[in-house]
Amino acid sequence: MSIAFTPEQLAEVRRLQALYPDPRAALLPVLQMAQETFGWISLETEEYVGRLFDLSPAHVHEVVTFYTLYFQAPKGRHVVSVCHNLSCHLAGAPRILDHLKSRLGVDVGETTEDGRVTLLAVECLCACEGAPMMQVDDRYELDLTPEKVDRLLEGLP
Amino acid sequence: MTAEKLLTRNFDRADSHTLAAYRETGGYTAWDKAKGTEPAAITEEVKKSNLRGLGGAGFPTGTKWSFIPKGHTGPVYLVVNADEGEPGTFKDRYLLERDPHALIEGMLITARAIRCDKAFVYIRGEYVDPWRRFSAAVSEAYDAGYLGRGFDVVVHRGAGAYICGEETGLLSSLEGKKGWPKIKPPFPAIKGAFGAPTIVNNVETLCHLPHIVNRGAAWFAGLGTKTQGGTRLYSVSGRVKRPGVYEASVSITLRELIHHLAGGVTGNGQLKAVVPGGSSAAILRADEIDVTMDVDGLKNAGTMAGSAGVIVMDETVSIPEALMVVARFYAHESCGQCTPCRESTGWIYKMTRRIVEGRGRKDDLDTILDVARRGAGTTICAFYDGAVGPYISYIEKFRAEFEALVAK
Repeated sequence: MSIAFTPEQLAEVRRLQALYPDPRAALLPVLQMAQETFGWISLETEEYVGRLFDLSPAHVHEVVTFYTLYFQAPKGRHVVSVCHNLSCHLAGAPRILDHLKSRLGVDVGETTEDGRVTLLAVECLCACEGAPMMQVDDRYELDLTPEKVDRLLEGLP
Repeated sequence: MTAEKLLTRNFDRADSHTLAAYRETGGYTAWDKAKGTEPAAITEEVKKSNLRGLGGAGFPTGTKWSFIPKGHTGPVYLVVNADEGEPGTFKDRYLLERDPHALIEGMLITARAIRCDKAFVYIRGEYVDPWRRFSAAVSEAYDAGYLGRGFDVVVHRGAGAYICGEETGLLSSLEGKKGWPKIKPPFPAIKGAFGAPTIVNNVETLCHLPHIVNRGAAWFAGLGTKTQGGTRLYSVSGRVKRPGVYEASVSITLRELIHHLAGGVTGNGQLKAVVPGGSSAAILRADEIDVTMDVDGLKNAGTMAGSAGVIVMDETVSIPEALMVVARFYAHESCGQCTPCRESTGWIYKMTRRIVEGRGRKDDLDTILDVARRGAGTTICAFYDGAVGPYISYIEKFRAEFEALVAK
């Protein structure tokens, strides 16, 4: 697959760059857009995005590797991120994580063979009132039990 | 004890995030008043109100604003820190989702005080729904003419990194770089975003401003203690019956907060320990909770108010295991810029882990304390000092529990 934005997306890149005193400030939002478009951030994507900003691939790589929300390898169609920080830990996050591992047959950081789900353990997502909790793609899912986790997994195409 | 609700007054309304609901409950009347007020007079009023930053550092807000160089001619920026990430804290998420116009009105007032025509709102990347809610409110505010007439707001999303909640790390990230904190001075008020004077304020801090403008500094100051005004939002979680966001005076005691507002310990169990201000705050034992929750009250108790994220632990909780979880967090989130932080957070996590797994060595506890103390105060930002708080306090206050594991 060749890495290139559509003309509409390139117009959006220029719009984002114009929002800031320095166009480079749009790098994070544009990387987000690239990930949504191409699925993950490959070295080729880093080079491509770098050209849009007149930045070296090394600089883009430094940014991509710093943040947790950029995927440097293909991910599943869905990303399940279980919070394992303190409040969730106290509420049984390890049990939820073990349940997910056995149901999905993967370890943390892995994707199911059918490419459906990538399982992650993440730091505090700041929804401790609903501990244990996890994020499924964009959505926060609170007050988890193994049964609720099963229902949520069944709902993922 | 239960204060009048200011920030949470509309939280129970299903339409609380809309402009219509906000206006119906007095929204934007403070801005109507402030826009005819001299900028210096607004700053003076905020100073008198004793409003202190509610993101973690507790710095007096009006004083921070007054650091913008007088007579500066170029741009001045307001940056809103909505990169909520302190473990145990979730109040800004509630504000973004349930009262986004309060933040916008607070930003309008601040912008006038610091003579700023552009603001950036940095929202953590994982907060997708709060980002959507807030962005919708910004559109409404543009349509209604509150924004776009000399003051513009850009909503910016982060990409996952706790350190970007540190104000200079946030500025680096906003500028399109990795979120490395910057050496101070210069402070952001002198040289901040894009090299211009910049005020970075937390979401909740700004949401208080409409109330201060409408009802006066003296009233606001009177809600709190001598050195800190107002109410604040407490995020209460862990082993309590009713976890959630509670609004109360900064002078409420930790005991009242846990036992009255949050319903007490889960299953009527015995309280063991409490983290009062997010995971970077030193832990308190059950016999140390008769302390007021204001910045100075908790400082005098050897801990900190921080982000007011209260994490409650009962007697079923293993303190060494809790420290291991906290140490894992700091090891993962250290940005790697300063050697003491980068190295110590990793090693201390490994040591806490082997202690919990029964492989601890006799001198591990003293080694952790030694490493923690040596590194404190030697780094560019407060991140490592924040890690040192739990390292030292968990071990010093619950040493026997750690020693029992090492002796096994």
